[in-house]
Amino acid sequence: MTASTLASPPPNQALRSAKLAAATVLGIVVWFAIYWQLEAFSNWAVAMLPITHGGHLDEALSFFIFDTPKVLMLLALVVFSMGVVRSFFSPERTRTFLAGKREGLGNVAAAGLGIFTPFCSCSAVPLFVGFVSAGVPLGVTFSFLIASPMINEVALGLLFALVGWKVALTYLIFGLAVAISAGWVIGRLHLESWLEQWVLDVRSGSVDLPADHRTISDRIHAGIEAVRDIFGRVWVWIIVGIAAGAFIHGYVPAEMLTGIMGGAHWWSVPAAVLIGIPIYSNAAGIIPVVEALLGKGAALGTVLAFMMAVTALSAPETIILRKVLTLRLIAVFIGVVAAGIIAVGFLFNALFA
Amino acid sequence: MKNIKVLGPGCKRCVATAEMVQSQADRLGVPVSIEKVTDYAAIAGYGIASTPGIVIDGKVVHAGGLPKAEDLARWLAAA
Repeated sequence: MTASTLASPPPNQALRSAKLAAATVLGIVVWFAIYWQLEAFSNWAVAMLPITHGGHLDEALSFFIFDTPKVLMLLALVVFSMGVVRSFFSPERTRTFLAGKREGLGNVAAAGLGIFTPFCSCSAVPLFVGFVSAGVPLGVTFSFLIASPMINEVALGLLFALVGWKVALTYLIFGLAVAISAGWVIGRLHLESWLEQWVLDVRSGSVDLPADHRTISDRIHAGIEAVRDIFGRVWVWIIVGIAAGAFIHGYVPAEMLTGIMGGAHWWSVPAAVLIGIPIYSNAAGIIPVVEALLGKGAALGTVLAFMMAVTALSAPETIILRKVLTLRLIAVFIGVVAAGIIAVGFLFNALFA
Repeated sequence: MKNIKVLGPGCKRCVATAEMVQSQADRLGVPVSIEKVTDYAAIAGYGIASTPGIVIDGKVVHAGGLPKAEDLARWLAAA
């Protein structure tokens, strides 16, 4: 078979694409119709429950019953859209773009591409090695690795929907700032010799992947596939996150939270980051907690720092990266990123006090 | 006999990919030998940055995520 017959689409594909596109539009309309009725439905459902209304349990259950479908629906929409957008990007193409880029501009590009380039944590090592061996500078690679889990579509979309566009935009800008500056600092330190030796020995060839001609229906399928994949992996985290948020919402006294996380103490930001580092949660699980904390009067900077620490630094990720980084380099990585996050937290609490 | 390598550290999707290749090959009646490459250095040597990857007779045809069944059939039928 020749290359031209490989690329030509089957004859009925145009019709299939049109049908799929129409079904997608219809699906989105139905989504909005259901979404606008959610609050009314959840109020009704809570009113039906045989509990004392107006108490702690009522508060917690309302939060849980309203937030669960809301978060799941928003997540589906956001993940679908980003699945379509992400079908335009791939780690291989991002790498080709970043290879040989100078530090500085390269860090900015890497952090930006980190938002859009799809990759899962089990790909972290191949991605890291693939980048470094293809001539992407170490600091630029780190900018990508920091930005990718921290500022992803799930985090931004849910923040936007649940907490508001100002917080989402703030998170985006300062998340990028942390990824860019932390990567730049690591690059300046010239720690290439702190990589595991085998990483330095790999010489990767360039690769020319054939499957780059994608149709609209391929991209819609990519969106559907993304929803299926993300839901399969993170729904438990989301339910746990919403339950934690519901508990905070219903039972934790506002005075206590304001006292600890309200911005009155200098140590609340570093403490939030220290607590956040070992916790591993998908961004989808942490945002209901963020929503509840903010609702109880926690300071924005402290909460954002907590969220960044949970998403950008996690015990499982560092264990995976241990295969390519020496312990010293991991310590530098965690230290630099944590310092950046703490700085963001302080800055915010100062700006919005 | 086609020599097929599935590149990936052994995550769930890499296993699923190897199974997909086997079942498509069986369906098409294409004789294949499937080898799983789990060594990170070897994976990087193929020039991919995302896993699972598929190499057919020395040529990288896929990287990142599960392949589509119809693509797999096309790759197996080609060449």
